[in-house]
Amino acid sequence: MKKIIGALCIMTLVWACSSDSTTDDDVIIPDDQEEVSFERSAMLINWADNIIIPSYEAFSGDLDALINAFNTFKVDTNEGNLTALRSAWINAYTSWQRVEMFEIGPAESVGFQLNMNIYPTDNEKIDGFIVDGSYDLSLSSNRSAKGFPALDYLLNGLGENDAEILGFYNGDNKEGYLKYTEDVLLDMQALTATVVSDWTTGYRDTFVANDGSSSTASVDRMVNDYIFYFEKYLRAGKMGIPLGVFSGSTLPRNVEAYFDASISNDLFLEGLAAVQDFFNGKHFNSTTEGESLASYLDALNSVKNEEDLSTLINDQMNTAKSMVMDLSAFRAEIEDNNPPTNMLLAYDEVQKAVPMLKVDMVSAMSISIDFVDADGD
Amino acid sequence: MESVINKYIKAPVETAPLAVFRILFGLMMFFSIVRFWSYGWIDKLYIQPKFFFSYYGFEWVKPLGVYTYLLFIICGLAALLVALGYRYKLSIVIFFLSFTYIELMDKTTYLNHYYFISLLSFLMIFLPANATYSLDAYLNPKKSFEYVPSWTVNSIKLLLSIVYFYAGLAKLNSDWLLKAMPLKIWLPSKFDTPFIGGLLGEEWVQYAFSWSGALYDLTIPFFLLYKKTRPYAFVMVVVFHVLTRVLFPIGMFPYVMIISALIFFDASFHEKILKYFSKFLKVDDTKFNNQKVYQHFSTITAKMKMTVLIAFFAIQLIFPFRYLLYPGELFWTEEGYRFSWRVMLMEKSGYAQFKIVDGESGRWFYVDNTDFITPFQEKQMAFQPDFILEYAHFLKNHFEKDGHKNVQVFVDCQVSLNGRLSTTYIDPTIDLGKQRESFLHKNWITPFKDEIKGI
Repeated sequence: MKKIIGALCIMTLVWACSSDSTTDDDVIIPDDQEEVSFERSAMLINWADNIIIPSYEAFSGDLDALINAFNTFKVDTNEGNLTALRSAWINAYTSWQRVEMFEIGPAESVGFQLNMNIYPTDNEKIDGFIVDGSYDLSLSSNRSAKGFPALDYLLNGLGENDAEILGFYNGDNKEGYLKYTEDVLLDMQALTATVVSDWTTGYRDTFVANDGSSSTASVDRMVNDYIFYFEKYLRAGKMGIPLGVFSGSTLPRNVEAYFDASISNDLFLEGLAAVQDFFNGKHFNSTTEGESLASYLDALNSVKNEEDLSTLINDQMNTAKSMVMDLSAFRAEIEDNNPPTNMLLAYDEVQKAVPMLKVDMVSAMSISIDFVDADGD
Repeated sequence: MESVINKYIKAPVETAPLAVFRILFGLMMFFSIVRFWSYGWIDKLYIQPKFFFSYYGFEWVKPLGVYTYLLFIICGLAALLVALGYRYKLSIVIFFLSFTYIELMDKTTYLNHYYFISLLSFLMIFLPANATYSLDAYLNPKKSFEYVPSWTVNSIKLLLSIVYFYAGLAKLNSDWLLKAMPLKIWLPSKFDTPFIGGLLGEEWVQYAFSWSGALYDLTIPFFLLYKKTRPYAFVMVVVFHVLTRVLFPIGMFPYVMIISALIFFDASFHEKILKYFSKFLKVDDTKFNNQKVYQHFSTITAKMKMTVLIAFFAIQLIFPFRYLLYPGELFWTEEGYRFSWRVMLMEKSGYAQFKIVDGESGRWFYVDNTDFITPFQEKQMAFQPDFILEYAHFLKNHFEKDGHKNVQVFVDCQVSLNGRLSTTYIDPTIDLGKQRESFLHKNWITPFKDEIKGI
């Protein structure tokens, strides 16, 4: 007995002093485990194959269409082509709302969100670049001069009306304006191509295979990114910040698609729909639903006999959606009302979903938010 | 009575268990410090944050900027000197003070086992743990004693027993025993644990873990004390703590408990360990076998020591029950929760959004918590009322310095406890800027909507 105890002590000491980092790479999981309450890998496959990759591919197609529309405009800078270019821009911008939340893996490594959709755009910087003709769009300091918000300025914000805007594309520095617009578009296309090809040629398998439960596992990472997007970009970025709820005074210039002035609420609603569809595991452009956060919650809930959290979350998102649908474009809401009461009320409903996701959902799934590598007890 | 006092307090026993304990404790603490540093936690937890949450009455204890590293160096060196038994008294006092200072710097990082280390090192100040197999005893034979009074070894056993037993008592509640909470949440998420992962989703396993965990904590001290069951009990200690280590991110705690539990073994076992050490280090240990019995030179010091230790243990026994003085559910209000061996009892998380109102202009805005505190601090703050209050005061001061007048601070705080849906935690109509911290009940905590029965 003493020998056993001695051996145990030594083993404990050796183990205590050996590294115990939090990744469990060396854990081998038998494939045919019985009685796992929910298959996380099935959810990852559904996310990757039916939602994330199709959304990226659709977005990539809409971006190509935007570039085609620009090429037409470039050849003949008339009003008809400008209108067509704008509608292609709206199309791609809307489609972007379906992929903006997936800031994980390839998107995260290129900083996709930060490179594509930083607003308010710095129109003075853009003007300067066009005049100078020299700029490096890959610099992180120039993120506020490119992406969709820069196009918003270039297509909608150069002048008061179409004639004025077309004046720039037919004026003395016509080449400068066309060149800059083209460079912005090509930069977006290159980034998108990287992200899409990384997903389809390797990352998809990495993502799906990382189906463990550590803080670096795909589900934990994705849920964190998902909630971060909802809270930071959808709730705060598209509504809260322009409403002034963090600053005390409204900031209409911070509305998404400020120069267009009419589509900001549509973009928000598309983003919200994307978030809700992802929650329900709804396949891209289809009504079929697969394994998802909602079905995961249901599976966990069947053990717990508590109120149905997935229904509560869906109800809250529906309430938020209908409140926002009753609003005018955000810029008008903010500029025409003081205070913008209706939009503030709608914001409150969007806000109410945050604790549901960030407290109730992750608590039920035992996923740590903003994972901190520290001991617990 | 006389014989009991003689046996457990006065009777001379071998010093060996105390020496083994000192050496292993010192080494473990040294490695804990090295581990903490190597993970970059000193920087992340004590240097990067702009704001630190203080314990009531210890607001003056703050990190020392880059000198915080120096503090850890001092603490680590003191631990090493404790292991060596060199200038033991001074070393263990320095270790106790520096370690406790570190723990007081930010209550975000509060862990029961850090508290345990502080208590243990405080207790060790009064123990002649350097009486044998130490540099002190080696260099100065006058300080070398083969025997010590039995209270010295027994006081460590008593402290360990209190920790286990109270941790067991805390589990005697309806959430733990009847709902298998929070293990019902935690265990299924560990499905990728080798060998047992597949079982963790099963309800009966969750109940079995809950009940056996409570039973283990309540009974293990007695099985360790009783000679015949001791070896089996120690195997249980190892199995239990290794399992908790595999399932939960609890750092060094399992090892500290396993090593500490060795104190329950007979002196002959510890002598073997020491013999092995001596052989390994090629030290002549015969000079330690001097048959001398440790005694106090003056009865006054002995009496003072005894008084301090009796008071220490009396506090240990009573303090965890202070929660009875507060109304409301302990798990919800957390008034009297800390420093009571309540370990792994709650899956609790919260969300707190602060609203700043300028009392003069009526203008208001929400706070972006990431501007002021780290994600870890935000996570801990969002479900603990004393954190929420301290942070609210910080916000009030900050924005008044910014030029806002008569700042009022309100919070929308939602908290979920052990799988219950989140509900409002703090009265959203209360201006937290006007509330003062104290040991009294915080009546602005929204009462718990459910009931948890038990201790």
